[in-house]
Amino acid sequence: MTERIPVLKIGDVLLVSIQTDLEDQSVMNLQEDLAARIVETGAHGVVIDITALEIVDSFVGRMLATTAAISRMLDAETVLVGMRPAVAITLVELGLSLGGVRTALSLEKGLALLAGADPVRADRA
Amino acid sequence: MNGQSVTAEEEFSTLPITTNDDVVRARQLVRALAQQAKLSLVDQTKLITAASELARNTLVHGGGGVMRSGLVERGGRRGVTARFEDSGPGIPDLDLALTDGWTSGNGMGLGLSGARRLTDDFTLASKPGAGTTVSITKWVR
Amino acid sequence: MTAERRGSERLVDLLSGQEEKLVGQWIEGVSHTLRGRLSAGELGHELRELYAALVAALRSGEDWRAEAFSEVRALLTELSRNRARQGFTPTETATAVFALKDLLAPSSETAQEDITAYLRLNRLVDALGLFTVETYAKTREEIIGSQAEQLLELSTPVVKLWDGVVAVPLVGTLDSARTQVVMEKLLQTLVDTGSDQAIIDITGVPAVDTEVAQHLLKTVVAARLMGAECTISGIRPQIAQTIVALGIQFGDIVTKATLADALKHALRRLGTENPAVAARSAR
Repeated sequence: MTERIPVLKIGDVLLVSIQTDLEDQSVMNLQEDLAARIVETGAHGVVIDITALEIVDSFVGRMLATTAAISRMLDAETVLVGMRPAVAITLVELGLSLGGVRTALSLEKGLALLAGADPVRADRA
Repeated sequence: MNGQSVTAEEEFSTLPITTNDDVVRARQLVRALAQQAKLSLVDQTKLITAASELARNTLVHGGGGVMRSGLVERGGRRGVTARFEDSGPGIPDLDLALTDGWTSGNGMGLGLSGARRLTDDFTLASKPGAGTTVSITKWVR
Repeated sequence: MTAERRGSERLVDLLSGQEEKLVGQWIEGVSHTLRGRLSAGELGHELRELYAALVAALRSGEDWRAEAFSEVRALLTELSRNRARQGFTPTETATAVFALKDLLAPSSETAQEDITAYLRLNRLVDALGLFTVETYAKTREEIIGSQAEQLLELSTPVVKLWDGVVAVPLVGTLDSARTQVVMEKLLQTLVDTGSDQAIIDITGVPAVDTEVAQHLLKTVVAARLMGAECTISGIRPQIAQTIVALGIQFGDIVTKATLADALKHALRRLGTENPAVAARSAR
């Protein structure tokens, strides 16, 4: 029995908040659930909050990158928010760049980024 | 000393790695050790991440195995060691396996090379057909 | 009864027989070497406690590593730690212990039995003296270690330049350890202050090597992963030459000549070129 992470809908943005250390199958499930929910809701943005994550290894990192790519194909922009400094340093050392995933310091800034409140960031994507 | 005991190699705790849940357990076990050894937050994160990569390797490429882990001490410095052993197909070319991006499966090929960069000591022993043993240690700075 | 046991008992008898007088002599002798830098009351209390513990421990043997001596070791540890912190020399610290020998110093009339007891005390005191010096050295090392850490902290201030902009002005030689500390501190400050613009100013850095340049690069990449932008300012001509010669790719990392230029750039990134507007729009 693998747990499923809830995907919340706020306006036309989907919010996923990862709260626990995930086993690999749950990570895969999340990717599927999210893709299905984007199509179902017609959402234009996805915010993945990893504030609570103490570890992002290459498996989770790859999932985050592919999730962003899949969402983009489904016309939804993904923003990854709340990465801890220690996690960021470790990912860089690991050699993982998450190529192309947009990031923001906090949930608030992530939502603002999707809402286009930050013109500089928006045209950088 | 300061009351904490250092595990002798023979007394390392052994965790079987046969399911995805065991990979999570391996991370939790290493985290507890890293905190006990008082590694800095960044070093803890690096060590746990490396252990996670290797535990998954053990499961996916080695067909399951065990993790032996414990506190170690050398020259007055405290550290945490985790050793991953499997009896899977082994690795034919060790140098190649340690190259970024090399992969035998569908991963990103950062597991071994990444784990080496994230830790202070890294040893890899493997023979085709005779399994693989990878040992990592992170020392308190 | 074995000779071994008898010698032990004689030693205890000698030390406890005229306890008041001997402790007094001991305190007197030690305070002389410390030349009044420790109050008489404090020293007296310290040595009296130690003497009592020593006599009590001796009743069960002379192995200073034994359980019976744990109180003695604890008191000695405290003594040498205090001395190390108060700036006494290793000699002054150890003399306090070695002075114990003088209390039973034999003369030509001393009985053979008492000389044996004295020799036994000698051996024990030597061991305890070394223990004291070792603890002293360890304490000094700890002090030096924590001072080095404090220095590292001091030398890497992360300052908030504007709402949403933090900067770390680096001065002096950068080594790998210090660069790592800077990196961690800067990234943590981004989170704590909710700033998404960071500036690393290296105007005061005379030279960088490959490792340091790599650390700076990694900091910028890590900041990006967290959702912040990093600008490097104040690169000296020699450093630019080094970086290019080393073949390090700074890629799309923004570099500016001065901290002022970097701040201007960061503010523009925040959405406006006018600081007043930026201040108003920020919370």
